[in-house]
Amino acid sequence: MRRLGNRLPHGWRAVAWIGVLVGVAAALSALPPITIRSPVVPVVIGLFAFTIGLGSWIRGERRIGGYAMAAGFIGIFIGYLATRSSVGNLETVVVWGALFGAALRYATPLLFASLGGLFSERSGVVNIGLEGMMLTGAFFAIWGADVAGHWALGLLIGVLAGGAFGLLHAFFSVTLRADQIVGGTAINLIALGLTTYLFIKIYGDEGTPTGISAIPNVSIGFFDEVPGIGGFLDDVFGDLNLMIWAGFVLVLAVWVVVFKTPIGLRIRSVGEHPRAADTVGINVYATRYGAVTLSGMLAAAGGAYLSLGFVETFDQNMTAGRGFIALAALIFGSWRPFGAAAACLLFGFSSALAAALQTYSTSASTLFEAMPYALTLVAVAGVIGRSIPPAAVGKPYVKQ
Amino acid sequence: MTVTQVESPPPPAPGEASPGGHWLERLDGVLAPIITVLLAFLISGVVVYLTTRDLGDTLETYRAIFRGSGLSWFFELGSHDIGVPFSDASVWFPWNTDDIASLAAANLQQTLILWTALVLVGLAVAFAFRCGLFNIGGQGQYLAGTTAAILVATELPDLVDLPRALLIVASILAGMLAGALVAGIAGFLKGTVGAHEVITTIMLNWIVIWVASYLFGIGGPFQTEESDALPSSADVPDKAKLPVFWGDPLLQGLHIGLFVALVSLVVYAFLLNRTTLGYEVRAVGFNPDAARYGGISVARNYFLAMAISGVFAGLAGSLDALGWQFRLDVTQIQGSTIGFTGIAVALLGRNTAVGVGLAALLFAALETGTASRNLDPEIFPPDLASSLAIIIQGLVVLFVGAQFVILLLLRRARTRAAGAAST
Repeated sequence: MRRLGNRLPHGWRAVAWIGVLVGVAAALSALPPITIRSPVVPVVIGLFAFTIGLGSWIRGERRIGGYAMAAGFIGIFIGYLATRSSVGNLETVVVWGALFGAALRYATPLLFASLGGLFSERSGVVNIGLEGMMLTGAFFAIWGADVAGHWALGLLIGVLAGGAFGLLHAFFSVTLRADQIVGGTAINLIALGLTTYLFIKIYGDEGTPTGISAIPNVSIGFFDEVPGIGGFLDDVFGDLNLMIWAGFVLVLAVWVVVFKTPIGLRIRSVGEHPRAADTVGINVYATRYGAVTLSGMLAAAGGAYLSLGFVETFDQNMTAGRGFIALAALIFGSWRPFGAAAACLLFGFSSALAAALQTYSTSASTLFEAMPYALTLVAVAGVIGRSIPPAAVGKPYVKQ
Repeated sequence: MTVTQVESPPPPAPGEASPGGHWLERLDGVLAPIITVLLAFLISGVVVYLTTRDLGDTLETYRAIFRGSGLSWFFELGSHDIGVPFSDASVWFPWNTDDIASLAAANLQQTLILWTALVLVGLAVAFAFRCGLFNIGGQGQYLAGTTAAILVATELPDLVDLPRALLIVASILAGMLAGALVAGIAGFLKGTVGAHEVITTIMLNWIVIWVASYLFGIGGPFQTEESDALPSSADVPDKAKLPVFWGDPLLQGLHIGLFVALVSLVVYAFLLNRTTLGYEVRAVGFNPDAARYGGISVARNYFLAMAISGVFAGLAGSLDALGWQFRLDVTQIQGSTIGFTGIAVALLGRNTAVGVGLAALLFAALETGTASRNLDPEIFPPDLASSLAIIIQGLVVLFVGAQFVILLLLRRARTRAAGAAST
């Protein structure tokens, strides 16, 4: 318990986290079920959050303090907008249970790809080919399920196809020491061309057939019986796809593997200082090969969820930039499993909100789609605490 | 992904041109891209073969793509005549310039229209490369250029009544400025806080895509009132359209942007090789630490190199907007991959003006030749062929990335040949 206590934030960091919460409260004050109609309230609460953030920022807690300032601003923005629209509109858009449920659905493909990218980048190989690997997984999973007749086989085939692209990326960036960004760009192009080609060749104009064995949902009844918030919990967790639960487990598993096992230590040391790792007998090439191949498999699993669990069809270029959002989430979460997961949830939530907004303002929802990218741009710019990548990422290693 | 290289010299910048050197090494610089392209066509030939199940049909498919690109026009010699510019006279000419009589001429116009944009997007990537920056944001900068040019061309005539030339120049300048602005953000962040340009340009790409989708999408501030089914911008007025000098202006004839692209190639080479700015940009690209030690402001050059790259990409966007697109809809905004083709162009062209021009011709011909309106559907289904073109692009990029392996093999083969000759 003492170790856990030490892990909890304290001092100015704890103050800054309170600032973040106050910022969230600013937005909440004007949203259902509270729906305060005066814009003064969210503005005052938001300014309070901003002040707390600024205070801790000055005292040296740059990162979380920055979050608190940003949360204050966003809280004022959302709160103000909410007071401008009618309560009826708010209640159609902001249904918390549905929003959080949708956020989990949107976040899961990102989560798998993001954690895949984590392995690759932690081992020192930039992977901007996540997008293409996801797309490959999406296509081959649904094709596999169609041919083999079972979703589990489809998922397996999709994951293997993604792994093949991971292996290709590893071959070019580790063995041939080609530029990793060039390789990733190539993989995105090849995956786009190949999946579109096969999709048209195999399924033509009719698209993927309906009634393909899809990844099932897991219905859990007991959430309903929790007193007070049972309805909310049931809306969020009652009927989630198997892959979403797998995603929860995966975050934990990745954290354990990367930070608590010798394998994880090897991966990280190869990504921070390959020469030192080589000197102590770690096989740099093999470690990178493994990590990059795994990243392809995980990204493909995210794509497979998208096609085989979420929408149950495939369409040309259906990932539409999700691989890049996953990359953004990885950077936004500072190359850490829980950070990346939190960023995926945030981006998933913004997608869910965008989809909900669509019912009464398409243009606002479109603008909302840019948010993950804008946030990440701000994050790498260092305005709210720099994201610092693994030291050796992007550099090929030459064994001596 | 840090600003400075800590250990081991940086890998040879992708497609970096080797200055000077032995003539054999220079020959390698020409041979390697050719081998790359041949390899890519060979591998994608396997895909075609698996589709057609016949070697003859595979070759026939490539021949049909070549015909569809209009490059066959140059081999169709005959006795024709061509109009002399600024007069009614015409003189004898070996090629048929009448695009109604010659299908090849019509196809070639399309290839050259695309060539114009690809040259400029390729230069946008190449210029940043020479400063050691990977500009993956050509897509966003191009789109910012298209958006700004269309906004100025459609909105400005309501405010002031400009003569045709001024309106066109104003729209193009707006496009260039928008491209420079988007790219400049990435350059500024790289120079000041060391944010990696690959990350920032990817993010900027998507920000521009969504902002443009917002502007011209359903309910957006600049969406036309008439068509709600396919939301798009208003049409560019006739007076803002670029003059067409070959072919029918109503049937997507070749616009004068072609000459802008040609001039840009010269400007690119001049700027890099004959000016102080180019010298500094190359010095930073070669070794930022040495450049800094030599008194060159690295941050300033990162910003300038990116902004100039953005100018090229924005120019490509505005020429496309005023030359043949004339309007922008959400499908185009979200479906375009021209920025990534630009990466392939710059890499294959080894960041030299001549190389970019030739590589752009290859990819323009490939894309036009596989387009559904050009490729003979009897021989190969065009919707498959367009995906094939993307695969070929991807393979070229992949092999260019590992081009030094090809160079190494070439060099080894030569050493062996020399060894065999001396014994």
